[in-house]
Amino acid sequence: MSLLIDQTLNGVQLALLLFLVAAGLTLVFGIMDFMNLSHGSLFMMGAYFAATFVALTGSFVLGGLLAILCTTLLGLAIEAIWLRPLFGRGHLDQVLGTFGLVLFFNDFVRLVWGPAGRTLAVPQALAGQVSLGPTFSYPVYRLVLIGVGLLVAAGLYLLVQRTKTGMIIRAAASDRDMAGAIGADVTLVSTFVFGLGAALAGLAGLFAAPLLTVQIGMGDNILILALVIIVIGGLGSVRGAFLAALIVGLIDALGRAYLPELLRLVLSPVAASTAAGALSSVAIYILLALVLLVRPQGLFPARGAR
Amino acid sequence: MRQPSPRFLLTCALLLLLALAPLSATFVGNDYPLIVLTRVVILAMAAVSLDLILGYGGMVSLGHAAFLGIGAYAVGIMTAQDVTSGFLQWPLAILAAAVAALVIGALSLRTRGVYFILVTLAFAQMVYFLSVGLDAYGGEDGLVIPTRSQFGLLNLTNRTTFYFLCLALLVATIALVAHLARTRFGMVLRGAAMNERRMRALGFPVYRYRLAAFVIAGALCGLAGILLANHSEFVSPSVMNWGRSADLIIMVVLGGMGSAVGPLLGAMVFMLAEETLSHVTTYWQLVFGPLILIFVRFARSGLVGLFPERAGDG
Amino acid sequence: MTRSFAIAALMTAFTVLSAQGQPGKIKIGYVNTFSGPNAFIGNDEKDGFELALDHLGRKMGNLDVQMIYEDDQIKPEVGRQVTEKLLQSDKVDVVTGYNWSNVLLASVKPAIDAKTFIISGNAGPSQLAGEACSPWFFSASWQNDQTPMALGELLNQRNVKKLFVLAPNYAAGKDMAAGVKKTFKGEVVGEEYTRWPGQVDFSTELSKVRSVKPDAVWVFYPGQAGAQFVQQYSQAGLLGQIPIYSSFTVDALTLPQLKELALGHVSTQEWVQDLDNPANKKFVADFRKKYGRYPSYYSAQNYDAAMLIASAVVATGGKLDDKDAFRAALEKANFQSVRGKFRYNTNHFPIQDFYAQEVVKDAQGEFTMKTLSTVFTDMKDVFYEKCQMK
Repeated sequence: MSLLIDQTLNGVQLALLLFLVAAGLTLVFGIMDFMNLSHGSLFMMGAYFAATFVALTGSFVLGGLLAILCTTLLGLAIEAIWLRPLFGRGHLDQVLGTFGLVLFFNDFVRLVWGPAGRTLAVPQALAGQVSLGPTFSYPVYRLVLIGVGLLVAAGLYLLVQRTKTGMIIRAAASDRDMAGAIGADVTLVSTFVFGLGAALAGLAGLFAAPLLTVQIGMGDNILILALVIIVIGGLGSVRGAFLAALIVGLIDALGRAYLPELLRLVLSPVAASTAAGALSSVAIYILLALVLLVRPQGLFPARGAR
Repeated sequence: MRQPSPRFLLTCALLLLLALAPLSATFVGNDYPLIVLTRVVILAMAAVSLDLILGYGGMVSLGHAAFLGIGAYAVGIMTAQDVTSGFLQWPLAILAAAVAALVIGALSLRTRGVYFILVTLAFAQMVYFLSVGLDAYGGEDGLVIPTRSQFGLLNLTNRTTFYFLCLALLVATIALVAHLARTRFGMVLRGAAMNERRMRALGFPVYRYRLAAFVIAGALCGLAGILLANHSEFVSPSVMNWGRSADLIIMVVLGGMGSAVGPLLGAMVFMLAEETLSHVTTYWQLVFGPLILIFVRFARSGLVGLFPERAGDG
Repeated sequence: MTRSFAIAALMTAFTVLSAQGQPGKIKIGYVNTFSGPNAFIGNDEKDGFELALDHLGRKMGNLDVQMIYEDDQIKPEVGRQVTEKLLQSDKVDVVTGYNWSNVLLASVKPAIDAKTFIISGNAGPSQLAGEACSPWFFSASWQNDQTPMALGELLNQRNVKKLFVLAPNYAAGKDMAAGVKKTFKGEVVGEEYTRWPGQVDFSTELSKVRSVKPDAVWVFYPGQAGAQFVQQYSQAGLLGQIPIYSSFTVDALTLPQLKELALGHVSTQEWVQDLDNPANKKFVADFRKKYGRYPSYYSAQNYDAAMLIASAVVATGGKLDDKDAFRAALEKANFQSVRGKFRYNTNHFPIQDFYAQEVVKDAQGEFTMKTLSTVFTDMKDVFYEKCQMK
C-alpha cells in the first residue's frame, strides 16, 4: 500500500516537472502553430544556469530566480534571432531549423561549461523527509516540487481562463488570423507566451538539476515526452497538458513499480527489469499514436476549425 | 545530342569519386578512409530512400531511422540464432522492414501535417524502446555481430568487396528512385504533395500510392540497415533514436529534396563535415546548427540547387 | 671492389631503413569517458595512467610513449567507433582504458581483428573471462563478479539475512548482481535493475526498498549515479534505518560529494589506498602530490595497466612486432603492482586478494577508505574454466 502511495506521488512529481516544460510548448504551438524542437534546450540551459548561479550565490532561491530570469531572456533572444524567420514556414522547416538549434546548444554548453556537466545538490533545507502518516515519509524536496508545480499550474489556469491576456491566448490558439482581425495584439501576446514558456522551462530545469544531474543533451528526451504530452492533451491547451502530463507521469511511475513483478512471473529478474522499463515507454507511445489516429485534437481541443 | 545537364555531370562526378575511394588506402596507408566512406554510402542510401517519401511525396517522416534499426536488428538477431546465410537473412530482413513500413504507413498516412510528423515519431520510438527491452539481444548495451552475412563466394569481410557492394546498392537505389519519379507513380506522388485534392479529383487513390511509396522507402532503408549491421558488426538501439531520423531529414534537405542525387550529396557533406570538422574543432555542431538554419532560410532547394537539371539553366 | 662495397652499403641501408618501421615509439590508444557526468571517472583513470608514465620517464623500455585519448561518451557504439579509429587510422600498438563493460564488449572484436592487444583498466565482463576469452585481451583490474562476491561473503559474516539487490541494467550491473548473489547465503527479497546510464532518479526503487524492508541493501552504482543514489537514500530517510552496502559506489571519486553521509560505509575492493607495499606507498603519495586528492581503485588499476604494458616492452626489448613474445611477457606480468602481488590466471584475468574497507576521516579531515580485513586470498574468477584460449 505504501508503495502505491509512494509511487503515485513520484508519478505526480514527474508529471509536474514534465508539465512545466510542456505548458510553454503547448502555448507556443497553439498560438503560433510553431513546432519548436529547441524547447528542450531551454530546459537544459535553465539547469546549467541554476547550477552556476546557485554555486555563485550560495542560495538555491536566489540562484534559481537568476537562472529563471536568464532562461527567459535567452528564450526571448532565441525567438527574435533564430525562430522568427521560421514562423509561417512549413513544419518541415521548423523541425529542421529548431533541430539545428538543439545541435548548437548541445555544443554551446560543452564550450562554456565543459564536457563533464555540472552537479547541483538538493538544498540542505530541503534534504530531509516529511512524515505523511505513521509509517510513511516522503522527501521534502519532491513535495516542494509538487507544491510549486501545482501553484504554477493553478496560476497558468487563472491566467488563461480569467485574464484578458489569457483570452487573447485562447482566441489566437483557436484561430490566429481571426484573433488578429478583431484587434487582438497577437504579436505581443506571442512574445509574452514565448517568454513565459522559457521561464517555465527554466523553472523545470532548476528543479530537475538535482534529480537528473546537469549534462549535455539532457533536454532531448524531455522534449520528446513534452511533445507526447501536448499532443495527448490537445495542442494549445494548458488544461490538456496538465492532464496528459499526469497520465504520462503515472504510467511511467506505476509501470516501473508494478510491471517488473508481473513480468517476473515469466522472465528472469534482469529480463523483467529490462522489459518493464521499455514497456512503460512503449505504452506511452502507443497512447500517443492512438490519440493521433483516433482523436488528433487531443483531450481538450483548443483549436477551432482550421 | 543533348548537352549533359550540370545535375547529370554532378551525379557522374560523385559516383566516380566514390568508385575511386578504395585507392585512398594506398595514399593514406590505412583502411580508415574507406571505412568512413562505406558508412557514408550506407547512410546515403537511407537518405535516398527517405527522399522518395519526403522529397517527392512531401511526407515528413520523423521516424525513418526505425527501418534502419529493423534491418540491422534482423541481421543481428538472426546471426545470434546461428542463421548466418545472407541468402536467408537479407530477404527476411527486407521483408521485416517492409511489413513494418506497411503497418506504420497504413496507420500514419491517415493523418496529415504535423500530426503525421508526430505519429511517425511515435512509431519510431515504439520500435526504439522495443529494442531497448530485448534483454536477450543486448538491450541498450547492443548486440555484437560476430560474423558478417555469408554469401558463399562473395566475402563481405573484405573491405573493398563490401564497399563496392554497398556502392552498387546505392547506385541501384538512386536509379530506382529516379526511375519511379519519372513514372506515373512518381507524378501522382508529386502531384499529391502539391495539391492532394486535385489528384483525388482526378481519380487517383492517393492513399494507396503513398502507402506503396512508404513501403518501398521502408524496405530500401531496411536494406541500408542490413549493410550497416554488417559494416559495424554491431547494432544497438541508438541506431534508431529520433536524432538519427532528424539527421536523415537534414541530409535530404541539405542535399536537395526531390532529386535523386541530392540526398547522396547531403549525406556526404553532413557526414564528412562531422568527421573532418571534429578534427579541426570539437565544436562542429556550433557551426553546423546555424548552417542548417541558413540553409532552411536561403537555400531551400539544397546544395543540388546549384546544379540545374537542364543544361543552360541557372 | 667498389661494386661489392656499394652493394654492402645498399644492404646496410636497406636493413637500417626497414628497421625504422617503428621509430623508437609505442603508440597507445586510450578509450574512456571524458564527457558527461561520469567524465570524472575517465579523468581519474587517465590521471593514474599518466602518473605511471611520469614515473617511467615517459618511456617504456627504450621506446617513447605516444598517448592518443578518445572519448567513448559512455556509449558502446561510440566506444567501438573510436576504438576502430585508433586501430585503423592511428595504428596504435596497444589499446587500453575501457571503464565500462558494455563499451569494452562492443570494442573487443575490432581489436582482435586488428591483432592488437586490448588491456582493460577497469571493465571485467564475465563473457571475456569465459567463453569469449581472447589471447589479445588482458585485464589489469578484476573480473566483475569477484568484488561483489567478496561483499556477499562479508554480508554472511555480518549475519545479513534479507538483502535487496539494486544495480543498473547493463553488462557490468548484471555481472555484479550475479556476483553478490553467488556468495550471499541469505534471502534476496528484492532485485531491481535500473535504466543505465539515463536513470539517476531512484525514487521508484527507494519506494520498493521501503515497502520490502530488507535487513540491508546492496547497490552497484559507479560514478555520479552512486553519489546521487546515496544522497537520495539519505533524503528518503533510509540511511539510518536500513544499512547500505555497495560495490564501486562509494569511493575516492564520490566521497567528496557524499562526505558525512558515507562515514562508516563498508564495501569490498581489490585495492585500498592504505595497502602496505612500497609501490603503493609511492603511488598514493605521488598521486596526492600531483593531483591534490586521494587516488581511487580506478586510477590504481590504470597505473598498474601502464606498468604492465611497460614490463612487456622491456621484456621484449621494444620489438613490438613480435606479438607472441609480447603476449608471453604480458602473461608473466613482471611488474610491481600497487596491489602487492599480481599474477595472471589462464584467462588473462588477475588472481588477487579482496579486502573489506570502511570509510573514515583521515588526520586532515579528508574522507578516505581504510582496510578492515582480507575477505578472499588469491581469488580466481568463476569463469576461467570455460575459457578455451587460442
